[in-house]
Amino acid sequence: MSAAAISSPLVRGSRGTAPSWLSHAITAFAAIAALYLVFRIYAAGQPLWALGALILFSIAIAIYATNWSIASRYTFPGLAAIFLFIALPLLFTMQIGFTNYSSNHLLTFDRATAYLLEQTTTDEASVHEFSLLEYSPGLQAVFLTNPKTNEKFSTSITLDATEPIRVAPTTNAYPDSFQLRERIALRNKLMRLQFALPNGDVLSYASLREFAKVTPVWKQNPDGSLTRAEDGAVFKPNDKVGYYENASGDKLSPGYTVNVGFANYARMINDENFRAPFISIFIWTMVFALLSVFFVTAVGTTLAVILNWEALKGATIYRTLLFLPYAVPGFISILVFKGLFNQNFGEINTILSALFGIKPAWFADPLLAKVMLLIVNVWLGFPYIMVLCTGLIKSIPADLYEASAIAGAGPLTNFFKITLPLIIKPLAPLLVGVFAFNFNNFVLIALLTDGRPDFLNTNVPAGTNDILVSYTYRIAFKDSGSDFGLAAAISTVVFFMVAIMALFHLRMMKANQGK
Amino acid sequence: MAIVTGKKNQWRVWAAHAFLIALLCVILFPLLAVISISLRPGNFATGSLIPTEISLEHWKLALGMSYTGADGKEVQPPFPVLLWLWNSIKIATISSIFIVALSTTAAYAFARFKFKYKPAYLNGMLLLEMFPRVLALVAIFAIFERLGAYVPWLGIETHAAVIVAYLGGVATHIWTIKGYFETIPQEIEENARVDGATLWQTFHRVLLPMAVPILMVVFVLAFIGTIIEYPIASILLREEPNLTLAVGSKYYLQDQKFLWGDFAAAAVLSGLPITLVFLFAQKWIVSGLTSGGVKG
Repeated sequence: MSAAAISSPLVRGSRGTAPSWLSHAITAFAAIAALYLVFRIYAAGQPLWALGALILFSIAIAIYATNWSIASRYTFPGLAAIFLFIALPLLFTMQIGFTNYSSNHLLTFDRATAYLLEQTTTDEASVHEFSLLEYSPGLQAVFLTNPKTNEKFSTSITLDATEPIRVAPTTNAYPDSFQLRERIALRNKLMRLQFALPNGDVLSYASLREFAKVTPVWKQNPDGSLTRAEDGAVFKPNDKVGYYENASGDKLSPGYTVNVGFANYARMINDENFRAPFISIFIWTMVFALLSVFFVTAVGTTLAVILNWEALKGATIYRTLLFLPYAVPGFISILVFKGLFNQNFGEINTILSALFGIKPAWFADPLLAKVMLLIVNVWLGFPYIMVLCTGLIKSIPADLYEASAIAGAGPLTNFFKITLPLIIKPLAPLLVGVFAFNFNNFVLIALLTDGRPDFLNTNVPAGTNDILVSYTYRIAFKDSGSDFGLAAAISTVVFFMVAIMALFHLRMMKANQGK
Repeated sequence: MAIVTGKKNQWRVWAAHAFLIALLCVILFPLLAVISISLRPGNFATGSLIPTEISLEHWKLALGMSYTGADGKEVQPPFPVLLWLWNSIKIATISSIFIVALSTTAAYAFARFKFKYKPAYLNGMLLLEMFPRVLALVAIFAIFERLGAYVPWLGIETHAAVIVAYLGGVATHIWTIKGYFETIPQEIEENARVDGATLWQTFHRVLLPMAVPILMVVFVLAFIGTIIEYPIASILLREEPNLTLAVGSKYYLQDQKFLWGDFAAAAVLSGLPITLVFLFAQKWIVSGLTSGGVKG
């Protein structure tokens, strides 16, 4: 929002009434708070996000603390929300499309490394049972017993000790004065305690009743590779695949997120098992959107024309009742249809079997599932077109119909020669909008069929009536693997298709306005 | 069209009525059926459209009460429908308040000030709004998953995250309010300015009281839009007590556990208020749809 030139007479001398020292103090406070937040994000290992937050806060402070642009003070919150919650997720999706972000590669490199370095093993021969005895408030005696050798050690301790505590051999045995619940309460303190045995072994917390030699599984080398303490095997981070790997290619779990370039896109094109269902899903998405637009428009315009007929009484009642499918929340009506279409005890099959003796398998047969999706979608969508067309038809001059009546034309001629040509132009961009909506009609697919029945022989589960968006949703959130990177790459492809539709839509809108 | 109305025309009127009534039967069948099913005993019984035996068992379960079946077994409600409804209303109300606040202030600037690139901002907003948020679900999930590691109350499984994620949907509302502000004469605000009111005072003391009707409309539209939202809520909320109605309802109709009657009662219970709000707002929604059709 740069250099706002304000010419409205409203704006002259627009300073607020707050004293300047107060506004300075508020500005300074906001700036410090913002800087602290930016620093916290940076310290959390997210330099890019920190930079973004810094820019955003700088703009905000520039707008509200100076007289730079009065209009921006009002537009900034709304535009920032649009940027943060619509534009940013879209850009971030594109970026994720170039990574291997998935359930196996969920962590950043630093977090995955930290996780591996925290892994420990317990030396079974060194396990000592321990008991605690409180002999005066705040002073405990500890007894360690090795059940294998029956060696016993003891010392008195305070639970806040930081150094390894030397313990001495003993022959006495004492009962434990701490209940399990108290031990659990003390766990955080116990976990920090270490005991040094006379032979030099250092015991650390192993479980609620045991101390033992606990050693980290991994040791980090200066070059960033990890050495397994047990056998000296060296694993190096491989940034191509996002795993720690040894020379023979064994991988450590968890992996970490890395950029994989165009690998996700290459998969769409090169992987035979993936490409075949992907292409049929793409085709079905187009067919579904086109057929939906066609049927919705056919039903909607027909009804609009009939209801605009002056000789018809009660058109308002019909219109209100026909509008109902649009008023009922979609998630409810779609689920109602899911029940009605149920093969065995759905009401639709009850009627069909009573009338014709058939019980179609709406959910098991791929073709019938597609038919069902279209039926439900027309039910959901026709009122919108009906309402739009009603408005458009009302604006057609009545004398055109009078002239055609004198010429002896029937209703069909009227429709195809007068009504349709006149409404198709303003309707066209809206139909592009309906197409774009159905191209991404995720809720219908997700709630009605979930894309099922599935294709056989695919390595990524794919449904015969999945559309692209429901397919990406499944890849990312439903089936095992949670391949966010691949899902984001497909989303990016869809994103560009929607961009083309949106430009098309704007073009047609402009053309109509220019007329 | 006061021209010839012959016998042929009369016949056509009757045909049109017959066609419309037949169509209405088909169109309204699902809605009537679901009411009937909610009153029918059992989850599997199939019967006539008008139930022969009325049973309130599904309604009791939907309202969170248990009931004792014919075999003397006590049946507990399968899902906390009222809690889900409350979650939905809470999320929708809070996010709608924020959406109205964000879009009103922005619309004020777009309606009253002249500044550089104004048309670009206005069209850019509309263009962005055309990209369905389903496309960005992975990013939305990733953002809140990482955010939750540092700010727990904004992470996955929190209602705050859902509310925040909804705040981006303000572009169309900015356009709607801007259109309304432009119909209010600017002179009134200019008079207030001459009398010494600050810019902010003219905005919230003079302009806003005159714009209350449109603010109500935008609130209702935002409320409906958020209460029926499914994709974002379904990835951010997974635990049963956190769900919204839109996400939870589908659990009634799983292949292994098909609670058709219980679903019907819950659907009527929760769908009816939303439908009524929608019909109440229909006048403005329709005028929005058609005006969009004429001028874009």
